[in-house]
Amino acid sequence: MLAMNYRGPYRVRTVDKPMPEILHPEDAIVKVTRTCICGSDLHLYHGMVPDTRVGSTFGHEFTGIVEEVGPLVKNLKVGDHVLVPFNIACGKCNFCKQGLYGNCHESNPMATAVGGIFGYSHTAGGFDGGQAEYVRVPYADVGPTVIPPDMDPDDAVLLTDVVPTGYQAAEMGGIKEGDTVVIFGAGPIGIMAARCAWFFGPARVIIIDHIDYRLEFAKNYAKCEAYNFKEMADPVVFLKQTTDWYGADVCIDCVGCEAEGNTLQTFSGRVALMQAGAATAFQWAVNSVKKGGIVSVVGVYGPPFNLAPIGNIVNKGITLRANQASVKRLLPKLIDHVQSGRLNPKGLITHRIPLAEVSDAYRLFSSKLDNVIKTVLVP
Amino acid sequence: MKNNQDYKNIPGWGMDADPENEPTYPIKNWTGDDHNRTNYERSEQQQDTVEILISNERPAITRVYGNTAPPSGLSGMIRRYAFKNSEDRYRHWIPLILADRVNVIEGLVEDALHGHLPNMFKERGWKVEMQHNPKKMIAKLTIGSLLVTAGITWLIRRQK
Repeated sequence: MLAMNYRGPYRVRTVDKPMPEILHPEDAIVKVTRTCICGSDLHLYHGMVPDTRVGSTFGHEFTGIVEEVGPLVKNLKVGDHVLVPFNIACGKCNFCKQGLYGNCHESNPMATAVGGIFGYSHTAGGFDGGQAEYVRVPYADVGPTVIPPDMDPDDAVLLTDVVPTGYQAAEMGGIKEGDTVVIFGAGPIGIMAARCAWFFGPARVIIIDHIDYRLEFAKNYAKCEAYNFKEMADPVVFLKQTTDWYGADVCIDCVGCEAEGNTLQTFSGRVALMQAGAATAFQWAVNSVKKGGIVSVVGVYGPPFNLAPIGNIVNKGITLRANQASVKRLLPKLIDHVQSGRLNPKGLITHRIPLAEVSDAYRLFSSKLDNVIKTVLVP
Repeated sequence: MKNNQDYKNIPGWGMDADPENEPTYPIKNWTGDDHNRTNYERSEQQQDTVEILISNERPAITRVYGNTAPPSGLSGMIRRYAFKNSEDRYRHWIPLILADRVNVIEGLVEDALHGHLPNMFKERGWKVEMQHNPKKMIAKLTIGSLLVTAGITWLIRRQK
């Protein structure tokens, strides 16, 4: 079968790989119908995530048709068209029982800080991902969800990560009616967080980025204010000024480890890998939020030794909330939002590229060419 | 402080709880009150087919895991060392990043052994970069060519 294959930083290709097999009685094999490149795949592509092994197949956003099921799978049958959450979760451990499917304790032996994720390095369990014609799906009774018959498959594939992560980013912000919410990063997750923030009743939603076409897209899609930080002397001062010098009620970091905007952070975090990536967006979030405010983080960061502004977190009494999205927990609510027309996930899709041209697709997204927002790969 | 068994009777307890903003809403079906955190029914154990490195912050392997790209060669040796140290340590993460870089060279050697010459232009997606961002691409190629030329010149002069 055809599959994306990682060969090193900024180098990927498609190869002919052996078909995945049932390795556990609760596995399923899914024939991929749609798969996406996520902004967090770029951290792998750029060589920022430790234990990303040559030969791996990325891809944690995909839909597909069930091709084969293991003997203990009860909820799926061959032929079902499913959307597959990016988390691999057993559904039984104490974290899954709390609905924290992103923190499953039985899917990743290689690390305790994160649960298993499709195609996201051996730090996230060493599973091959969905940027392939077929994929092995462990715990098939838990994650995969049959796509409702009236749902557009393009909407469904974005429900595997982008929509739930954006929604949870807003949810973790504890947004109250009348709040001002600032979102750092106008990538697909940031745009979705801005759109979903409105579900919680704020008075203002502001998005900050440095690429004009993404800001324009965000303004139209998420109905929010959009500003380019490169046009500001200091984004933190700007945000204080625009919030009566108090700071925002809620700040959301949708950028993670590859932030632009601070030379020292860029050098120490992205070039020299001396810390968990450039923590610029996180710094700005902590420093732009009001005293007693909430900072929500869904941006991906690397290993420890980050220059987190812990002093300011303490002094300002900030509540910090962060997690990988627990997709399965949020799906009932989000499917309802999509079916009722309140949310239009497929509106994010700007490019469709054949899986065979995966190296071009990664470069397009990585270099932000051709006004790309979200790319769907079609096997 | 003594554990207050009657904490639910504390005036005001839980009155501001907002289920819509509770991290585990709406599928939470466990509260922790049953003190049964670790006594859950585990799935069957996936059978080993390849070498799996396990975090030393957990007692055993998980019930399922990925079996792709098992550790091998020099990068595998470095990864085995890394996994002797916890996720809290530089000694875990820095060797893994080093192993990733070594693994890239191993990948090139593997390609060569299989008679495959990697198409760098295609694998790096330079076609779309040239198509949509020719100025940057030409600048990159020029700088790269100059660096390579300078390096070769330096080596030749050194040998003389």
